[in-house]
Amino acid sequence: MNEAFVVALVLSTAAAATPLILAALGELVVERAGVLNLGVEGMMLAGAVSAFAVTTHTGSATAGFAAGMGAGLALSALFALLSLGLMTNQVATGLALTLFGVGLSAFAGQPFVGQVVSAGVPRVLGLDLVAWLAIALCPLLWLFLQKSRAGLLLRAVGERPEVADAIGFAVRRIRLAAVLFGGALAGLAGAYLSLVNTPMWAEGMTAGRGWIALALVVFATWRPLRVLAGAWLFGGMTVLQLHTQALGLAIPSEFLSMLPYLATVVVLVLICRDPRTILLNQPLSLGKPYHPDR
Amino acid sequence: MFKLEARPAPSALMRVASPLFAALAMALTGALLFWALGQPVGKAFYAFFVQPLTTAYGVGEWLLKATPLLLCALGLVIAYRANVWNIGAEGQLVMGAIAGGGVALAFPDASGPWLLPAMLAAGVLGGMAWAAVPAFLRTRFHTNEILVSLMLVYVAGLLLRYLVGGPWRDPDGFNFPQSRMFGEAAVLPLLHPEMRVTVVALLALLLTGGVWLFLARTWLGFRLTVAGQAPAAALYAGFGQKRNVWIALLASGGFAGLAGVAEVAGPLGQLQPSVSPGYGFAAIIVAFVGRLSAPGALLGALLMSLLFIGGETAQMELGLPAAITGLFQGLLLFYLLAADLFVNYRLRRVSPAATPALKEATR
Amino acid sequence: MTAPPAPPRLLLSGISKRYPSVVANDDVHLDIAPGEIHAVLGENGAGKSTLMKIIYGVTRPDSGEIRWEGKRVHIDSPAAARALGIGMVFQHFSLFETLTVSENVALATGLPSAGLSERIREVSNRYGLPIDPERLVHSLSVGERQRVEIVRCLLQSPRLLIMDEPTSVLTPQAVRQLFATLRQLAAEGCSILYISHKLDEIRELCERATVLRQGRVSGEADPRVESNDSLARLMIGSELPSCPLPPGTPGEVRLKLDAVSAKSEDPFGTALDGVSLEVKGGEIFGIAGISGNGQQELLRVLSGETLSEKAGDVRIAGVEAGRLGPAARRALGLGLGFVPEERLGRGAVPALSLADNALLTGARGAGLTKGPWILRGKVNAFAREIIARFRVKTPDETAAAQSLSGGNLQKFIIGREVLLSPAVMVAAQPTWGVDVGAAALIRGALVDLRAKGAAVLVISEELDELFEICDRIAVLADGRLSPSVPTRDASVELIGRWMSGDFTEVGHVQA
Repeated sequence: MNEAFVVALVLSTAAAATPLILAALGELVVERAGVLNLGVEGMMLAGAVSAFAVTTHTGSATAGFAAGMGAGLALSALFALLSLGLMTNQVATGLALTLFGVGLSAFAGQPFVGQVVSAGVPRVLGLDLVAWLAIALCPLLWLFLQKSRAGLLLRAVGERPEVADAIGFAVRRIRLAAVLFGGALAGLAGAYLSLVNTPMWAEGMTAGRGWIALALVVFATWRPLRVLAGAWLFGGMTVLQLHTQALGLAIPSEFLSMLPYLATVVVLVLICRDPRTILLNQPLSLGKPYHPDR
Repeated sequence: MFKLEARPAPSALMRVASPLFAALAMALTGALLFWALGQPVGKAFYAFFVQPLTTAYGVGEWLLKATPLLLCALGLVIAYRANVWNIGAEGQLVMGAIAGGGVALAFPDASGPWLLPAMLAAGVLGGMAWAAVPAFLRTRFHTNEILVSLMLVYVAGLLLRYLVGGPWRDPDGFNFPQSRMFGEAAVLPLLHPEMRVTVVALLALLLTGGVWLFLARTWLGFRLTVAGQAPAAALYAGFGQKRNVWIALLASGGFAGLAGVAEVAGPLGQLQPSVSPGYGFAAIIVAFVGRLSAPGALLGALLMSLLFIGGETAQMELGLPAAITGLFQGLLLFYLLAADLFVNYRLRRVSPAATPALKEATR
Repeated sequence: MTAPPAPPRLLLSGISKRYPSVVANDDVHLDIAPGEIHAVLGENGAGKSTLMKIIYGVTRPDSGEIRWEGKRVHIDSPAAARALGIGMVFQHFSLFETLTVSENVALATGLPSAGLSERIREVSNRYGLPIDPERLVHSLSVGERQRVEIVRCLLQSPRLLIMDEPTSVLTPQAVRQLFATLRQLAAEGCSILYISHKLDEIRELCERATVLRQGRVSGEADPRVESNDSLARLMIGSELPSCPLPPGTPGEVRLKLDAVSAKSEDPFGTALDGVSLEVKGGEIFGIAGISGNGQQELLRVLSGETLSEKAGDVRIAGVEAGRLGPAARRALGLGLGFVPEERLGRGAVPALSLADNALLTGARGAGLTKGPWILRGKVNAFAREIIARFRVKTPDETAAAQSLSGGNLQKFIIGREVLLSPAVMVAAQPTWGVDVGAAALIRGALVDLRAKGAAVLVISEELDELFEICDRIAVLADGRLSPSVPTRDASVELIGRWMSGDFTEVGHVQA
């Protein structure tokens, strides 16, 4: 019996982990550039609703994913305009982006509540292409950050923007690129949620996954390969939760649903308890606006 | 040609003016949105911002919704001043409702005058307890309070759903997931018979004055402000960092808890799966719009409350989704953050004489 | 003065740059011949750094003309400056701590990383600037970091090298080595623009000097034939004020550290290794050394921001204070006064008023609170007293701390701490970046405190300053404190050797 069961378990874990991987990788790049965007949840929701709407209208999952990315990108552009252009407080701006994304998606998604979509995403070895993409992105981003000149630049800008500026790099342009990349990936993560994970739209359907993705970046100590591990852990928890419910154990479903949130807290405590872990790994200028003297 | 340059010191005038600019910009965007949705702009505006206040009942609803917003925001004002980012007021509100409601359900037949104060106290403590978790984890394990407080919002919501769907479910409630209605002694007195707003609105007003006094005139309030603006200066002056975190979180948790118990002991009269339409989150915006000051939070809460009821009216009158409220709230905060640029910067006209040389030199 | 052989390597004319509250450069003229070592001299705030940033393309001038080897140019970015052949060694290094030396070089120069390490070694050996290309920058000393900056410039074969206050991070011996390197470069035809406020160095090294005062050129001179006094007159309009130290009679020990070791909170910081010292009442004790050698950590240990393991490790005014926090130490006896090295953000809260900043540390010592309440009237009066007694230039006490110039804010902070009449005063880099007038006032205030019997500890990178106002001097090097020596017996050579961590052969030493 067990081989098929294990395969199914692995596949469903991978699927549950995919939106977390995508969103966390996007945020990781943003944070490596020294920018803290707390709007992941909002961007995911915008991505989810756009993807659902477009796929419902066109029947094309590709168009849906593209729309999701576009929506995430657009919201992150708004964030960039404020935090990079107008030097607003990044925490407040990120919160605003999440609140805005929640409101916008609820408003735009009103007509779609209760509908179901069937998006045929091509599969390889039982796993859809977007999930494969998410997995592949982890080593690719690692290569980019550690081995490429552009990655070196990105890290430099996140460490000491004033130095990068003095040497002559366009700090804000590099940060803008990172923020937009993060937005696109968050949008894609949202799209995956509403097209693949639960092929439907519901208000606030991300249920905190954007925030969990933010926690994953900390858990991964800003390293892409560890994001993969963390996301699979959380994906596994989601799957476990479903199976426990199916097994009919006498644990109220609400308590099982609490698991990912409590696990996030536990994971954060484990990684943060030695402050040097964070000090040594966190990009030095994370969350600090940079205003070049021009 | 204009050039953006840093002001030597932040502008006090712009600090007050920028929320007004933000509200104006939000209204203009709203007009554009109504127009794009094919609504007559004038009528939509009327339905959104004026109609709710044309009846005594409407005014009561306005104050009713402003109360929890104000309470939550007062706590957040204290926390954000200290640079402690509690974004879990929604969860602390729910825990306040659970704790206060729990007291009411534990004494269904009580009729003494002690019950309401006990419920309110339990609500405050419930909110504080929930906020104590991020406070403990931050001071002991250096864990970021933003993520922890937010995660606990979901946990609190699930806990409430479990309680009203299980142990606390009304046995005579046809299996609806809600608690029994509270007894008369467990329900807050109304301000006015034609309105649903309770005496807690007055209490909130009183607390607004208290928070203002605390931040403007007390040594402890000053130390919180310093810790928020310049953490290194607070360390240098010897203001214990951990104590500030605890004070900030306990205060904001307590205020949110009070808001929660006031909801269930007021307009709801029982525990339901959802006790708040997002007051705790909207209060974040209220705190910012109110410039992290208590009197500002009062005005901000009134504006935000109008958005909540405006959304409901717009749904009934114009068939617009009530979710439009969330959209407006987000926009308001965006515009505020943008307008705040001019608190620290100003546009200076570059004199025409200097301009050609500048162009030449920088071409 | 004869005109240099035409065309000059660099010619600036009519350069002006205004900031909201200050005119940094006003109609500045400057020319540098090929192979010339040219000084730009001026006190803090005279506009030297702005001028250099304009030449290097970091800042753009509001008006004026730049000619490079006779041709009019617009330098609108550091990359453009480098393309012309201009290299710059910054005062605050432009290096990324988490990257290796060769990564840093590759990033800034755009040179291909293949074979880069070899080239770095080659250049560094040729000019007597040994560095290991594979090391992470955060593991390098400040002096080594400066070498990385210089080598990075040299790899691009510059024809003009700008050095911004390069010697503040060097031991006296290293300064001599640097001068040799610079002379070698000049002999090879590279022009050098040397920015400093240190008159001796300029007279030793430079062939010509352009002197800036309040943003304008106040004169040009051949420093080799000028005296310190004549240069000072060009620089500040008068001779350098001096602050004579009257003979004092030290009292009993007021501040004592007993073999204090402390880890650094900063992952790239320096741990303290068994630091012991004693400062008596009526005495100024100076700690020399280059920043980054444990100064931050020592200051935190003294202030109480870092608690010691044992209460007896730190004694203030006779009380075991090692386990007391900053507020408790201020309240001890007559208390601890403390002037941190970082003015905005630590010594003062930028956006708060001067009155609120007076309250910051004055609450208890000046009786500014009662129960939970702040006594606003007293706070304002205390702030006004500081402003009047220490001649702080500000409209009134409601002005935000960040609106003051560096010198004025430092006068305010020193004034606040001094008016609390502390038994022990610790001041870190008290005159760093401060104009000459304010610096004299600040040193005078410390000397007055000494006359009143306070124990004063000054931590400074400015050796001249320490030699002027200290009774005894020691050196902090790599987290260890040297023995101390009476200032009259100290020599620059001895202090220099101690700075390099060599505490042997100490001569006239007092334990």
